[in-house]
Amino acid sequence: MFSLFPAEIEAVLLSLQVAFWSVGLSLPFGIAVAWLLARKNFPGRMLVDGLVHLPLVVPPVVVGYLLLVLLGRQGVIGAWLYDWFGISVIFTWKGAAVASAVMAFPLMVRAIRQSIEAVDRGLEDAAATLGAPPLQVFGTITLPLITPGILTGVILAFARSLGEFGATITFVSNIPGETRTLPLALFTQVQTPGGENNALRLVIISVVLALAALIISELLSRRLVRRQGGDA
Amino acid sequence: MIDVQLQRQLPDFTLDAAFTGSADGITAIFGRSGAGKSSIINAIAGLLPPDHGRIRIGDRLIYDSNAKINLPVHQRRVGYVFQEGRLFPHLNVQRNLLYGTNFGPANGHIIEMDEVVRLLEIGHLLDRRPGTLSGGEKQRVAIGRAILSRPELLLMDEPLSSLDGSLRAGILPLIERVRDELGIPIFYVSHTLEEVIRLADHMVVIENGAVAGEGSVADLMSRLDVTPLSDLPDAGAVIDAVYQKYDSQFDLGELEFAGGSIRIAGLQSAPGAALRAHIRARDVSLMLDRPIDTSVLNVFAGTITDIRDTDGPQLDLLLDVGAPLIARITRKSVHELALAPGKQVYALVKAVAIDRRSLGGSE
Repeated sequence: MFSLFPAEIEAVLLSLQVAFWSVGLSLPFGIAVAWLLARKNFPGRMLVDGLVHLPLVVPPVVVGYLLLVLLGRQGVIGAWLYDWFGISVIFTWKGAAVASAVMAFPLMVRAIRQSIEAVDRGLEDAAATLGAPPLQVFGTITLPLITPGILTGVILAFARSLGEFGATITFVSNIPGETRTLPLALFTQVQTPGGENNALRLVIISVVLALAALIISELLSRRLVRRQGGDA
Repeated sequence: MIDVQLQRQLPDFTLDAAFTGSADGITAIFGRSGAGKSSIINAIAGLLPPDHGRIRIGDRLIYDSNAKINLPVHQRRVGYVFQEGRLFPHLNVQRNLLYGTNFGPANGHIIEMDEVVRLLEIGHLLDRRPGTLSGGEKQRVAIGRAILSRPELLLMDEPLSSLDGSLRAGILPLIERVRDELGIPIFYVSHTLEEVIRLADHMVVIENGAVAGEGSVADLMSRLDVTPLSDLPDAGAVIDAVYQKYDSQFDLGELEFAGGSIRIAGLQSAPGAALRAHIRARDVSLMLDRPIDTSVLNVFAGTITDIRDTDGPQLDLLLDVGAPLIARITRKSVHELALAPGKQVYALVKAVAIDRRSLGGSE
């Protein structure tokens, strides 16, 4: 019987915690940015688009380093956060969540943006002629219609967060019980002489987790499609 | 009254239209495809901002470029039935119908869901999703949804254009019912004469983004100078008539109008019913002497009042037979009979030329 060691359970729970917060906190921003990019033409739109996609194209270590510069105790934002609110995310699981969120953000925004672009604007116009103010139109028409896209974005971001390594280790280091998520634990085992067996166990756990996430998302999206009457 | 005055530069032409819609019943906005009809009603709904203009529904000013008034779409209380329905796919029929009731003002005339469901005969569809409805069912639900939002003006943009003939015929009476029972003024955009004659009393003819004619359907149809109408193959006068009696032996209906009585094949209705008959100009022939021994049942004596000369082989003649009538005959006949304004003629209309499609009820 395959049973988990305490250190493994710790890593799994920590990974889930980090991924959960990373996705949960970035989702509202993801929807807002996706909507802006899909619907609005504003000066600097290209720049925003580029910045959002940056984590996808630069080495993760670069992102981690930039976070360190920005959010470290001496960092531009970090110093301010610490002085005013006593908040410091560096070397904590919260920092790991921030790093994951930044890395996963482009995937989330892309999926949501595509679904917003696919929404028939005519339906939103129709809702407005029926008396719905813009916010209500978004809540009762746009949001339900893009739910499958949001779900896809969330699952992609969640999976990306579970697997995040480079930015995390650069930004918040590899502290057991605090920032040592599954990939970091795996990395540690690989670095340890005689850790091959333990590494294999972690690989299996990672694969099972990822598969579970994919299957749940598939089931959810099937249910959604059924609920919407099967007509896209 | 609904006053509309709009200017807007569009990619292909300039929209520059001013007209007055009637405060009750249906005002048809008629014109060829691409004449600017949809742009006009989109501007009224607030979906297409005009460059200049003024739109007033009763005493409510919803747009005025000078006074910088521009109510957002959701505050205009203008219902809209789109060509393609635009039902919300994620809501069932009932929730589609009720969507607009969440936002309307608490005061004012309340139209009950039950009443709308009865009027449009959609009770059996309430639990269905739009994706499972037929085209005709979708349009009925779309009409109901717009009505239930309690609009002060209802816009319909060719609501029947995506439906085939028999479905159309099924929905026309429902629209008549809405017109007669709910008292909401309706702007009905169409390029189909048949629908306009059947549904509307008032009509605005649009050509190249401007108003080519405005007035009662009967008046406009008997004018030769409103070319978007008079150029149509189906051009012809519309007469208001009252049903008299039915001849069961020969299956003929008899109507009384200002020019006398007219018999129509196969028409049964209630005596006293107000009807509107469209007599196509190409179905009217002329004779100089009173015809005898003719198979044509409808013969009217009258005077030629106007001739519209065109380049083609045929001309349109406006006749006064007590009511206006238009005859479309060849240039050759006009020449050989020396037809000219002031001349006395007899107009012949075959009783079988007027079919059910050419008739509309008006109340």
